Amino acid sequence: MDNQSKRYSFKAMLGQLKNGIIDQNPTFVQVLGMCPTLATTTSVINALGMGLATTAVLMFSNLFISLLRKFIPKQVRIAAYIVIISGFVTAVEMLMKAFLPELNDALGVFIALIVVNCIILARAEAFASKNKPIPSFIDGLSMGLGFTMALSILGAIREILGAGTIFGISIFGSAFQPAQLFIMPAGAFITLGCLIALVNAIRSREKKPKATADAAEKEAE
Amino acid sequence: MDSNKTLTLSPSPHVKHKNNTQAVMRDVLIALTPAFIWSIVIYGWMAAVLTVLSVALCVFYEFAYQKLTKKPITVSDCSAAITGMLIAFNLPVTTAPWVLIFGCFFAIVIVKQLFGGIGKNIVNPAIAARIFMFVSWPGQLSHFPKGYYNPFVSADAVSSATPLTALKGGAVPETSVLESFFGQIGGSLGEISALLLLAGGAYLIIRRVITWHIPVAFIATVAVFAFFFPQAGVSGLTSMGYHVFSGGLILGAIFMATDYTTSPVTPVGRLIFGVGCGLLTVMIRYLGAYPEGASFAIMIMNLLVWYIDRITMPRVFGQRKEKKAKEGGEAK
Repeated sequence: MDNQSKRYSFKAMLGQLKNGIIDQNPTFVQVLGMCPTLATTTSVINALGMGLATTAVLMFSNLFISLLRKFIPKQVRIAAYIVIISGFVTAVEMLMKAFLPELNDALGVFIALIVVNCIILARAEAFASKNKPIPSFIDGLSMGLGFTMALSILGAIREILGAGTIFGISIFGSAFQPAQLFIMPAGAFITLGCLIALVNAIRSREKKPKATADAAEKEAE
Repeated sequence: MDSNKTLTLSPSPHVKHKNNTQAVMRDVLIALTPAFIWSIVIYGWMAAVLTVLSVALCVFYEFAYQKLTKKPITVSDCSAAITGMLIAFNLPVTTAPWVLIFGCFFAIVIVKQLFGGIGKNIVNPAIAARIFMFVSWPGQLSHFPKGYYNPFVSADAVSSATPLTALKGGAVPETSVLESFFGQIGGSLGEISALLLLAGGAYLIIRRVITWHIPVAFIATVAVFAFFFPQAGVSGLTSMGYHVFSGGLILGAIFMATDYTTSPVTPVGRLIFGVGCGLLTVMIRYLGAYPEGASFAIMIMNLLVWYIDRITMPRVFGQRKEKKAKEGGEAK
């Protein structure tokens, strides 16, 4: 991304979005931010709330870190990033308390803990501090959406299996006995493990034809 | 294995022995049979239904997974059948059959096949399935009828407290220690008769399928603690009897803790493993929320096997430990 052209094209933006949501998905591929991933995915609503709150913080912290990238001295950059990030987290937390008090209660301390979510610091350090504001903003959006998507999938599986509901609506009727394990912490680890295995299996299947083609080329040389 | 038929290259000694996975698993099946028959005698035909269903489901899942992923199909080694039998043995007779559909899936697909199949799983599939079912549907797995069970009668009406539940609640169990030993108590299908399980264990040790280290260390640890810390005002010996002969201890110690894949290789490692299982079982029974903890104990120790194997790795003959070599080899 360092050698990007002067004008930021639409195509580059699409590539960035795909990168964050699929190729470099923060949860399934980079395995970052495991604490909120495991702790808040007991239902789809909680997972969506957590994902979107993180996305909001990620977009604006990326934008502002990118705007200030030339003014922040290298030696104190982490502290400066944290100050910017925690400012936005505080704003998000206050907004949630005011407008979504139920969700805020359900997520509890994990909203405040977005400050130390390593996805945000990783994007600040790896992307926003080296790139222009708009690509940084889009990077925050794509990584945030990738995170939200992963959390929602995890939350949906855990809610369906562990509580028999989706978005709080019962889908199997009253005779269904949910597997309580899935809304317990152990269920989060098991589900996440299976999902990462699935993603890896799909990725290696996609790579294989390419890899064999490369090998064939080398042999030809 | 067909490609190896013409020429087999292997290091000496070139001794042919029919001791393969299938033979080992067949011995385990033989050792489990008395307990299986006893469960039908005590609980009636529902016990047979659960066991057969569980075995069938495990074999089916293994076959289906290997077929779908185009892996060599290894159901004929009987390991899935053993897992199925052990899963059923860990359930009370009142369990609804649909629980097995998920339990067997968890054991075979998630715990065994996703980690690479036989020999590569990190915890015993049957134990993991039991814990999965127990934690997911505690209501299904906590009724223990004493005697013949008719599945058309409500489970609540016939269930009774197991000796361990009674002790946990501070009451003296209704059944005597001797009844626990022979298997006239409420419990899971395969765990009720200590006598028949011990007979199966003796058969496995004589056939050299398992060594004595893990079962003996495991059971002895629990026995010692139960003797010195009796609950509910019973005498030390009585407490020891209940803790050893009822619950899943003997079934777990003989048939599940000794799983080759998930137990240490060296004798010393096996002793450490057994004592660790025993200590954890006692701690869960005495201090934990559940009356029985043998399955949790075995699973936790399964996860430490890698470490136990590392610290008990035998010294190669002629080699000194580095530290001693530096000291000039004088220190013994």
